[in-house]
Amino acid sequence: MTSLTLVRRIKARPSIVFDAVTTAEGIAQWWGPDAGPVLLAEADVRVGGRYRVRFGMLDGTEHESSGEYLELVRPERVAISWRWKGGQEDPGVSRVEIRLRAIPEGTELTFTHALLHDDDARRSHEHGWTGALNKLEAHFAGSTTTP
Amino acid sequence: MNNQERLGRTFSALVDPTRRAILARLERSDGASVSELAQPFAIHLPAVMKHLDVLADAGLVTRSKSGRTVTVRLRPQPMREAMDWLRRYERFWSNRLDRLAVYAEAKEAEARRKGR
Repeated sequence: MTSLTLVRRIKARPSIVFDAVTTAEGIAQWWGPDAGPVLLAEADVRVGGRYRVRFGMLDGTEHESSGEYLELVRPERVAISWRWKGGQEDPGVSRVEIRLRAIPEGTELTFTHALLHDDDARRSHEHGWTGALNKLEAHFAGSTTTP
Repeated sequence: MNNQERLGRTFSALVDPTRRAILARLERSDGASVSELAQPFAIHLPAVMKHLDVLADAGLVTRSKSGRTVTVRLRPQPMREAMDWLRRYERFWSNRLDRLAVYAEAKEAEARRKGR
């Protein structure tokens, strides 16, 4: 079941974006939080290979996520499994997928982070339950049980 | 059921357009009977009952019986957890994708300078 989708238009060709996503050098540049450093970036970039990224926050805490490369089609698509180390707040494995499409100004990147992978669910998602969710959210924002 | 399974159940329940319409209908009122809920849809009552089972399993609705009438009510907690999950990751990734774009664009400029 797909749950989060983000789209970005980037002024760089797909092969450059793909390498920025998949190389340890690239990951070290963008994976960490704004002002905190990426402390470790390892990537064995092949299907079945593992990656591990640790980063620090300004409050001194360190976080690590790791997983496996599930799909790699340069320069079109990368899918990885995702798990927080020690993940108290979000245990379990989810799936992150990045799709790249060439457009005149460079690349359109479509990012999804899904709890479970299910194509039917994704199709349905593309037909827009986000809008429905937003409407319902207005209701819950006014709910008395809000902490 | 752990947190992850619960979230998965919530999202799965929300995937279906009829179930979303039922939730939207419940959002506008303080409870509705099963036949009231079935009324706008071109589907039979048993199909509506099945959708309500899925929503109830996900904890998104409660059903209470009084005499011959079953009243269905919205239960917001699982939806709130799902929204929290979405928001947390949306912040996390938006930020990173912005920086990925900046980095890739710098790499593109560098490649062009080198005539590639």
